[in-house]
Amino acid sequence: MRRRAILGYGAAGVGAVALMLFVGWWQVDGPGGPEPVGQRPMALTEMDFRLTDHEGNAVGPETLIGRPTMVFFGFTYCPDVCPTTLSDISGWLDDLGDEADEMNVVFITVDPERDTVEAMAEYVGYFHPGIRGWTGPEEQIARVADGFRATYERVPAESGDYTMNHTASVFLFAASGRFVTMIDYHEPKEFAVPKIRRALEEEMEGAT
Amino acid sequence: MKKYILTGTLAVLLTFGGLSVPALAGPEDVVVENAWSRASIGMNRPGAAYMAIRNTGDEPVTLIGLTTPLAMMPEIHETKTNAEGVSSMSPAGEIAIAPGESVALEPGGLHAMLMRLKEPMTEGDTFPLTLLFDDGGEVTVHVPILGIAARGPED
Ligand SMILES: [Cu+2]
Repeated sequence: MRRRAILGYGAAGVGAVALMLFVGWWQVDGPGGPEPVGQRPMALTEMDFRLTDHEGNAVGPETLIGRPTMVFFGFTYCPDVCPTTLSDISGWLDDLGDEADEMNVVFITVDPERDTVEAMAEYVGYFHPGIRGWTGPEEQIARVADGFRATYERVPAESGDYTMNHTASVFLFAASGRFVTMIDYHEPKEFAVPKIRRALEEEMEGAT
Repeated sequence: MKKYILTGTLAVLLTFGGLSVPALAGPEDVVVENAWSRASIGMNRPGAAYMAIRNTGDEPVTLIGLTTPLAMMPEIHETKTNAEGVSSMSPAGEIAIAPGESVALEPGGLHAMLMRLKEPMTEGDTFPLTLLFDDGGEVTVHVPILGIAARGPED
């Protein structure tokens, strides 16, 4: 009898694991997941999500329309890639000087469980003052990533915590919301700043 | 045969050169330069430290681990970014450094990952980080803690 009980638990366990695998597949590779990477991000005007910025304001894709936009995904528990990219972005913004004031610059977390509004506020405070931090419920973050064709994945770390794999490119959009280009992770300043100027100039053309 | 005394002259030279100080005991064939790290927000987030490790000797050396009073789980990690632009991070394992070669721990590549901090990393402080080699040799570096937004050893 005992043996049967164990078998029962075993079967339930297998069922649970299978369900988890299925849910994982659905979210990552399946119909519930983002489109295959390599596709162009949607225009901001086609996206639909609701987040909160680091000052507690409700924000969405419409918040970004009207000014050129730079977006980066990451998380504040990230020791290497994220502070490096935010420092790079801060350097580009310093280079752009006054022009940077005409842009939206948004850091969107892929780890809303730990990155509360307060955590985002404290973190972005250490970088260029133009950088905004956005967070929100997990399902809204998933919608954002879907629109950007960005991916992220929670990975257990040996320390017992977890880390996040995530798209580390910086996305550039024109003021109209149209996707312009991407800056790859750690791309040198000599390439990054002209790309940002291109996004800024598209705005000029649209305005005239 | 490796020598295990770090000459005072070298330490002094490096100090005056504005570099981090490879300190006290260690294979004198291994020189650590330009060590730096970023300040942490509290103790819940892992930290990262960077440096260049140069093997000036005529035998290979293999870095097998780290210890520091600052963190319970210091480990050499490597960040990789794939063709789709997705970054991930994992333990780098042992790192062999050929004679005359150097290995760079720098943002976006290898880093000393400081997991489970025992105290916050405060800008302006330094902390000792000991590199462990497969022959039992050790080199302790005093790593300066720079601002959270630091980009390199000079920031
Ligand atoms: Cu790491």
